[in-house]
Amino acid sequence: MIKLSLVEGYCAQPRPAFDEMVGPDGQVRPAWEDLSRVLDQLGPAGLDVTAATASRLLEGDGVVYRAIGDDAAQQWPLDPLPVLLEDAEWGALERGLNQRARLLDALLTDLYRARTVLRRGLLPAETVLAHTGFLRSCDQIRVPGPRQLFTVAMDLARDADGRWVVLHDRAASPSGAGFAMENRRVTSRVLPGLYGDHRINRLGPFFAAMRLGLQEVAPSTAEAPRVVLLSSGPMSETAYDQAFLSQLLGYPLVSGSDLSVREGKVFLRGIDGPEQVDVILRRVDSDFCDPLELRPSSQLGVPGLLEACRLGSVSVVNGLGSGVLENPALLPYLPSLSLALLGEELVLPSAATLWCGDPSSLRQVRERIDELVLKPISRGFSRSSTFGWELSAADRGELLAQIEAEPHLWVGQEAVAASTVPTFERGQVTPRSMVLRTFAVARGGDYEVLSGGLVRVAAERDSVLVSAQAGAIAKDAWVLTSRPHVVPDTWLDAPAAGVRHGVVSPRMAEDLFWLGRYTERAEATTRLLRTVRDRSGDFTQSPEPAGAACLDALLQVLTTVTGTWPGFVGPTGAARREAPRAELLALVVDARRPGTLAHAVQHLTASTHAVRDQLSPDTWLVIGSLEAALRDLEVDSDEVLVGQALTRSLSGLLALAGLSAESMVRDLGWRFLETGRRLERAQQVVALLRAALVEQRPADVDGLVVESVLMAAESIITYRRRYAPRADVSTLLDLLLVDRENPRSVAHQLDRLAGNLAHLPSSEGLRESVERVAVSIRTADVHGLAAAVDGFRRRPQLAVYLGDLGSRLRSLALDVERAYFEDLLAPSSLVEVIA
Amino acid sequence: MSSAHAYQVVHLTEYAYDAVVNQSHGRAHLLPRDEAGQRVLSRTVEIAPTADEVHDHVDFYGNRSTYFRLTSPHQALSVTSTSRVEVDRTAHPWEAMDVARVGDRRLLELENEGVDLLARELVLPSPMVPRTAGVAAYAAPVLPAGRPLGEALQDLLDQLDKDFTYTSGVTTVSTPLETLLEQRTGVCQDFAHLMICCLRSAGIAARYVSGYLQTMPPPGKPRLVGADASHAWVSALVPGLGWVDLDPTNHQLVDHRYIVVARGRDYSDVPPLKGVIFTKSEKSTLRVSVDVQPVTPVLF
Repeated sequence: MIKLSLVEGYCAQPRPAFDEMVGPDGQVRPAWEDLSRVLDQLGPAGLDVTAATASRLLEGDGVVYRAIGDDAAQQWPLDPLPVLLEDAEWGALERGLNQRARLLDALLTDLYRARTVLRRGLLPAETVLAHTGFLRSCDQIRVPGPRQLFTVAMDLARDADGRWVVLHDRAASPSGAGFAMENRRVTSRVLPGLYGDHRINRLGPFFAAMRLGLQEVAPSTAEAPRVVLLSSGPMSETAYDQAFLSQLLGYPLVSGSDLSVREGKVFLRGIDGPEQVDVILRRVDSDFCDPLELRPSSQLGVPGLLEACRLGSVSVVNGLGSGVLENPALLPYLPSLSLALLGEELVLPSAATLWCGDPSSLRQVRERIDELVLKPISRGFSRSSTFGWELSAADRGELLAQIEAEPHLWVGQEAVAASTVPTFERGQVTPRSMVLRTFAVARGGDYEVLSGGLVRVAAERDSVLVSAQAGAIAKDAWVLTSRPHVVPDTWLDAPAAGVRHGVVSPRMAEDLFWLGRYTERAEATTRLLRTVRDRSGDFTQSPEPAGAACLDALLQVLTTVTGTWPGFVGPTGAARREAPRAELLALVVDARRPGTLAHAVQHLTASTHAVRDQLSPDTWLVIGSLEAALRDLEVDSDEVLVGQALTRSLSGLLALAGLSAESMVRDLGWRFLETGRRLERAQQVVALLRAALVEQRPADVDGLVVESVLMAAESIITYRRRYAPRADVSTLLDLLLVDRENPRSVAHQLDRLAGNLAHLPSSEGLRESVERVAVSIRTADVHGLAAAVDGFRRRPQLAVYLGDLGSRLRSLALDVERAYFEDLLAPSSLVEVIA
Repeated sequence: MSSAHAYQVVHLTEYAYDAVVNQSHGRAHLLPRDEAGQRVLSRTVEIAPTADEVHDHVDFYGNRSTYFRLTSPHQALSVTSTSRVEVDRTAHPWEAMDVARVGDRRLLELENEGVDLLARELVLPSPMVPRTAGVAAYAAPVLPAGRPLGEALQDLLDQLDKDFTYTSGVTTVSTPLETLLEQRTGVCQDFAHLMICCLRSAGIAARYVSGYLQTMPPPGKPRLVGADASHAWVSALVPGLGWVDLDPTNHQLVDHRYIVVARGRDYSDVPPLKGVIFTKSEKSTLRVSVDVQPVTPVLF
């Protein structure tokens, strides 16, 4: 048997529809010849490596997608093989996309203004009046400039005749351009030869146009317009797309609680004062943008935003209510609307659609239901698409009855047999149906179309359903050009704009503060766990009783410091100390238990997502490896693996500390991150000292315990250099409490804390409190504290002193929270008046 | 000389909170409309403590809608609207409404002056008046296609009066129509929504009206419900005649004793007051008082 090459194998497979790579004659299309050669050169093994590299790059960039209703974010699934489009074909498509953007803009403008198309009967009134996206409270609101539709995405498929057909228009707050850019970054890096050999249209100009377009829609009163991207938050399905877009554009990523409306204007709440916002690139659904006038329960919006729009003091794009265009009932009327509104024949057809509100269309839907896709006209209204051919007779009858009861709420659409494209999976290249999402943005009165797009292919073979939620796989789309490259614009060329650098809202400050705290907590926990494991290795097999006693003590210290009671403490503690493995592993991996390493890592990761635009992009390399370090551990992982995981975790945490020290601007945000870190470290050290030293043990045991504390507090080397070879409690206290030069000491944390607070507004009171704590440490009699032992073999003065110090640090942390974060009251709705 | 009636209306709404409110944003539909049948002589909304800003605009349905914002900490909020309105409205006799019949879609179709968007919109379900099978079944015998509209409307008003009783406190803003149909009791808002649902189920365009009803009872007659509160009723489109206002709560046609504040698809378009507050307060108490006082009409 002759072994077929990958491409020969692909050509030999049945291709039910138009195939992007292979023509009807079974030959590879000219545009695809180079790619097919690369495929054969790489072979399955080479492609495996390529795919794995792509996956690593995506992980390094922290690219995730979160399916609706799913807590865990998944890695963005990317197939590294791009879809290739020839220049001439793209040119025609681009003209069609441009025209469609202009048409949708004219329609949107009319629907929220004169509604001529409805009054003249060009569009049946019910298609709009019954659509949930038509927001009456947004009537008559306009943004400056000729275009009311700022940006639009159109999903295209190529039908069996090779003709591009629009499946949907996404005009509410289109997502995916950021993902498209990320796909390009990764694809070009894993296929450098192929990428370098072709002239491929750049994606950059689209983002440059968006950046400028955002400036153009600013109210005329704004001199240097300040733009923000209003995000639906780190838990949103497209959080990465939003954060990446904000980085590409250089405009800050904010959430609703960062904004407030006063005097009819929108302000970004800053810790050091508000900053007026002129333009909001909206990624929150219209409904959720203003709890006063739209959905009252929304916590994502800004009360009064709609009034500010009405007054024209802020421009929100896409405008509130633009979701009215996401409406399949419009599709059958677009050709005549194009003639009426633009005076042009519609270039790009839509999927053939029957609006059931029209009696003759309803009749056709009734007759042909088993070959149609049935869709409600509004998203979020009842179920989404239903495939007529999948229905049982009973279900069909039920659906028809539902449609006939309110026909104007339904369409029947002909299924498009989408073209297939080679997709790599499990050592094979197979044809999968694809949908191409294209993007256009208003700029200078016209539309700039992204030269390429976001391709998604069905996750399953033979599936016609392509959507991110159904587990679709993404691809890049390359538009091959013969034109020479223009040197790409750099971001620095665009006019300086945007919100003053370093505006930090209370919400961002709080997220950064907790990022600092959790990073430090994770580091302290890792060090303590490593110390306990090292000692356990040293002493478990050892016959020396002091070693065993030290280990016994350390296990209890571990439980106390991490607050993971009962653990090794209490009536069940003794049994666990006998066989500590399971509990030790749980303290590493059990994210549901507060106090564990995994819990701290999970929270620090969540904090990084919430302040994504404030952090260096390299952060994701570290976060990815941190998560991976713990993810690979299982309940029955052996000791070696756990040890490796702790080492990886520690090196990740050190890298984070390094990024914070070396790559972050010393702005207000960094001050909060540092404040959190310093407070946490001081509290961790005090908790460790208190848990380990209050009890007096025999001198040889205490010696080992002190040594272990020094290991956990990363001060053993200094100690050995400076003090006697035999560890004792008073010198330990000297080094970890009092010594201001030791970066691990409590005194040092207080110095750093005071330094940071000096940069925060209105921090005099806090700094005085810090100074009082610092004085109490400077004047502490460490020898006396260590020496005083009572009849229960305890150090009572040390217990009182450290207990007091711990509670003063806790209240200091609470004071910081109260001073800067407490502002964060969630809006609630007033009781309505009932007659 | 027309028989004009003039009123001064004072509508006071007070909120008291159990904790400080740092910020309030409010929207009110408390300023009466200028429209055929009534003329607004003056109208103001006052907020206490003093609002940082108050402005109003004309909304999608032609109503005056007022926005206000307070940023000084407060534990009580009062909103007072004071207006003087001259009313010159006489109800059409029932027979006049017989020009149209149930199911008559004349005004809903394309005519020379274009599509009547309001009529097209108001036969559709709306947020608080969804299509409700039980209500459609209830209305069907009263509103058969082809029945003269005056007769049908009068009959529907009679039916509702016979089947439903007014009780305050048994329903809330969110009580569904199905529940109302079962318990057969509610307040003016419920009856208005129910009647709108009945009318729309028969293809008759119907809208929600909020406003006031003069309180002075004629000697010997019972005091009318709806006094000392904001009131709500129904407006139905009679093709060939126009919009006709009916009060299902008081079983009568709307005349010079009524003052229209706002019109919408249902309550959700025109609540007298709604707001968003930033507070730790978990409880608030609400007090509303309405005073409608006849005053001497302005003569020309």
